[in-house]
Amino acid sequence: MTDWPILSTVTFLPLAGVALLLLTNDASPAGRRNVLNISLATTVVTFLISLFVWIGFDNANPGFQMVEKHAWLGTGISYHLGVDGISMLFVILTTFLMPFCVLASWESVEKRIKSYMIAFLLLEVVMVGVFVSLDIVLFYVFFEATLIPMFVIIGVWGGKDRVYASYKFFLYTLLGSVLMMLAIMAMYWQAGTTDMTELLKFGFPAGMQTWLWLACFAAFAVKMPMWPVHTWLPDAHVQAPTAGSVILAGVMLKLGGYGMVRISLGMLPLASAHFAPLVFTLSVVAIIYTSLVAMMQQDIKKLIAYSSVAHMGYVTMGIFAANMQGIQGALFQMLSHGIVSSALFLCVGVVYDRLHTREISAYGGLVNNMPKYAVAFMVFTMANVGLPGTSGFVGEATTLLGAFRANTWVALFAATGVILSAAYALWLYRRVIWGALDKDSLKSLLDLSTREKVILYPLVVLTIFYGVYPAPVFDATAASVEQLVNTYNAALSAAPTVAAATVN
Amino acid sequence: METIIKAIVFLPLIGFLTAGLFGRTIGAKASEYVTTGLMILVAIFSWITFFHIALGETELLRVHVMRWIETGGFDTEWSFRVDTLTAVMFVVVNTVSCLVHVYSIGYMHHDPHRPRFFAYLSLFTFAMLMLVTSDNLLQMFFGWEGVGLASYLLIGFWFQKPSASAAAMKAFIVNRVGDFGFILGIFGVFVLFGSVNFETIFAAAKTYLPAEGAAASVEPVIHLFGMSLDRAHAVTAICLLLFLGAMGKSAQFLLHTWLPDAMEGPTPVSALIHAATMVTAGVFLVARMSPLFELSTDARTVVVLVGAITAFFAATVGLVQNDIKRVIAYSTCSQLGYMFVALGVGAYGAAVFHLFTHAFFKALLFLCAGSVIHAVDGEQDMRHMGGLRKHIPITYWTMFIGTIALTGVGIPGTMIGTAGFFSKDVIIESAYASHNVLSGFAYTMLVVAAAFTSFYSWRLAFMTFHGKPRASHEVMHHVHESPMVMLVPLFILSIGALLAGALFEGHFFGHEYAEFWQGALFTLPENELLEEFHHVPALVKWSPFIAMVLGLFTAWYMYIYSPETPKSLARQHRGLYEFLLNKWYFDELYDRIFVRPAKWIGTFLWKEGDGRVIDGFGPNGVAARVLDVTDRVVRLQTGYLYHYAFVMLIGVAALVTWMMLGSSL
Repeated sequence: MTDWPILSTVTFLPLAGVALLLLTNDASPAGRRNVLNISLATTVVTFLISLFVWIGFDNANPGFQMVEKHAWLGTGISYHLGVDGISMLFVILTTFLMPFCVLASWESVEKRIKSYMIAFLLLEVVMVGVFVSLDIVLFYVFFEATLIPMFVIIGVWGGKDRVYASYKFFLYTLLGSVLMMLAIMAMYWQAGTTDMTELLKFGFPAGMQTWLWLACFAAFAVKMPMWPVHTWLPDAHVQAPTAGSVILAGVMLKLGGYGMVRISLGMLPLASAHFAPLVFTLSVVAIIYTSLVAMMQQDIKKLIAYSSVAHMGYVTMGIFAANMQGIQGALFQMLSHGIVSSALFLCVGVVYDRLHTREISAYGGLVNNMPKYAVAFMVFTMANVGLPGTSGFVGEATTLLGAFRANTWVALFAATGVILSAAYALWLYRRVIWGALDKDSLKSLLDLSTREKVILYPLVVLTIFYGVYPAPVFDATAASVEQLVNTYNAALSAAPTVAAATVN
Repeated sequence: METIIKAIVFLPLIGFLTAGLFGRTIGAKASEYVTTGLMILVAIFSWITFFHIALGETELLRVHVMRWIETGGFDTEWSFRVDTLTAVMFVVVNTVSCLVHVYSIGYMHHDPHRPRFFAYLSLFTFAMLMLVTSDNLLQMFFGWEGVGLASYLLIGFWFQKPSASAAAMKAFIVNRVGDFGFILGIFGVFVLFGSVNFETIFAAAKTYLPAEGAAASVEPVIHLFGMSLDRAHAVTAICLLLFLGAMGKSAQFLLHTWLPDAMEGPTPVSALIHAATMVTAGVFLVARMSPLFELSTDARTVVVLVGAITAFFAATVGLVQNDIKRVIAYSTCSQLGYMFVALGVGAYGAAVFHLFTHAFFKALLFLCAGSVIHAVDGEQDMRHMGGLRKHIPITYWTMFIGTIALTGVGIPGTMIGTAGFFSKDVIIESAYASHNVLSGFAYTMLVVAAAFTSFYSWRLAFMTFHGKPRASHEVMHHVHESPMVMLVPLFILSIGALLAGALFEGHFFGHEYAEFWQGALFTLPENELLEEFHHVPALVKWSPFIAMVLGLFTAWYMYIYSPETPKSLARQHRGLYEFLLNKWYFDELYDRIFVRPAKWIGTFLWKEGDGRVIDGFGPNGVAARVLDVTDRVVRLQTGYLYHYAFVMLIGVAALVTWMMLGSSL
């Protein structure tokens, strides 16, 4: 069992589902049923197998585990996989969210369900691929490849303005990825290897780090997304089908954060320290700016999308605080946001399926006939607000603490997000859920169906569980993050000599 | 003992889960009985703990439950710390909560959502207990926000009413302003002491500042918001941040606006949360952190200032309100000001003593008000009441007891007096005796507020129960005394309102101080207020009594003897009257300077920032050019969108090829 290539299995297992799907025909209701069953089975099995990654994971080991390495494409590039405390839980998060996506699309996606599911399964392959790659070219290939299925999902199964949204999504990402490609080429040029474990130890010259950092940052900042390159996200979310939003918010935004921890902070520590004030500024602006904008939205999905940008502000702030609390908090915040924002989008999907509108003003008083829905929505709203006892609080508080230790001004401004998030989230809740049930269109709405309960209840449980007992996550990430912080600080303390050497 | 403590904290949680998850299945009656039964048990356990810890030998019990957030040096766990301060809070919280549960069975009789109501009440109790038992600042923050959530849910309990949901939101958001300071304060404590656990903080705080005479260290220990602070100033800054949290939760001046609006919630909620327990959390916080506050005279001066202003300000507004619950709400706000003055001058015991007595008589007043509202069919405006004394005599007499306790009726120099008499006088005398620079100011404000308190309390009693009935015949016809299930809690609270002061003065702030507190409240050796307040001039001792009589007489004159006087006064001083009636125009002011600008900025950033600038120059500008080009391409090609994906594939393929070639070269 120990030699079993578990990471490859988890990564490529969805391809088996794709192969099966290719044999089906979704024209008849029975065929459609088949497609859904195959997709659900594939994603569930993948998730269950991925749990073995967590079970087999050694929390005390800061290095990469379950490593697989094979020469590939000549001498330089290799097929090199492995996970450490930073990446492992993202694999689990991805595989965990996929069954929810399938379930969320059960009835709402009416056309071309087969292609739709194939796109999702391919997306799963490449997303998991990003997190397990230890070769930077492999990483880049997977990182960029995530764009294609998502672009197709929004462009084909999206809402009215899907073409505009997918253009925007594409243009932004293109900008970032071109720059990152150049950076990767330069890294290869300098270090003579594409192996990330080597690159992490390499120590690029200070002057070069600056350029590499900026180029990579462009790609990651767009994915995050950070202000001011965030405007693709609200449009993409609004137009994407529910499951698309779930993956977008739940996993794809985390690719940027993961890249920042792994590449910016890990490989380019000097430049990271140099640019930390810039990142802090952008993060704080993001938190305040997007929270204020979120407050004024009239579209539920847009509101949640803007709040996502604000929450990602905490992540970037925590990462570049570059201390234990900051980075561990950022990782936790990403995982927590993966659950909470996915759940919020699923909640929107529940009412959208019934009424086919996302206008906040079309709702009101839902608690009267959908009490179970109101409870679930309340839990996620509170997690979004960062109420202690939900996972949202743990991430916010630890990243804020990390930032406070790095720079108190940053923490001061970022903490205003605590007030603003309460304002927009509770206002949304009040307008959608509370109030009298006056509107005729709402009076016949039914409460959660069994399928919807299966989707939302596990997320409710997890949101509260990780708020009360976050130890499993912190235990898993501690060793790797500690090593990262140590090498980061070592690089920094060695830096003056490097800098002096380059000046001379 | 450990089991009992765990039971005290977790039984309400079980009650909440039972009523919350299975309320529909088991029905309203069962939900009521389960939650109330558990609370009665918890209240009994609390008194046992009180006798064991506060009145017994045990100094401190710590119970470990579970790990929580552990990252780097930041270690927090779920655990309980029970010392005398916690034991006092146990008694306050659980006694009132238990009685409110019982009372609600009667009061909420007609409500269709009773399981939800009782679930929320139990949830609140659980969160409040987590707050008072916490062994570190972060768990306290959990309880702190947890009670905020419960308060939010209960204020908005009648969600169909737009005013209720607005008030709920307002309460949560204004509290968050305080929490913003609180969480930064917690971080500051962590940076200063390397831990947020009380044990570590308190141990370090004792030797934190150099001893008297030794050279003060000027080396900065923290860089906070552009200031490099040495040890003394750092403590001041941290204490002020924590105090901001206390101001929010305890509705102190500037952050008080949510409390009167919170009266939109059902009346038992007002009694439990917005009078007896949650709003005193700020007082508890400062008392708990007394080892830090004791180190900073400057921070305590701010506490005195805010407390004194609040006591005065809220009392002035209370003078003219017509809604029976709002009068009591402003009274609560004002009494909390008294407690903060006591904390600020260093009389922590006096503050907690007033917290303790206030819980009894203020809960009593609110529940009586609820009984009145119940009797007159939901009417809350006192202008439509009057003459109810004969119709609801039991409510009248219990409310009378609450009123004399609040106004502090008693004979100075003797042990004869109501609960409020002892605790309020102790605070006023301590304020006078203290060495704080604001001592004189605080003393004056508190005495004036005492006169106002007496006035508005009697005004309330006279307007409601005396004079001619002003309600319609139909309402008067239906006026009825409340059922026993609502009256028994009133009796029990009445006993507390009468006796709690005389029984416990010696323990809280008298000769048994040291044995009672057993170090739960920290005071520096030079803080000798406990002794000094006995030696204030006789006039000072009598001043609260004189103020009380003055207020009573004025109220009697204006509302019994010559009922036309208040109307003509209001006419003559129109401006002042409007100013007070509109609560010093704080809501309007905040709307202008915070709410509207925030909305305006939000819209501006959205439409102009995101829409015009970023999208205009960014993607839309580029997209327009791209569209020009691709339009032609699309016409040549067959696909719609896929060619973009195709472009990406080509890009990736090109990269891989390049790498492959590059590596083989």
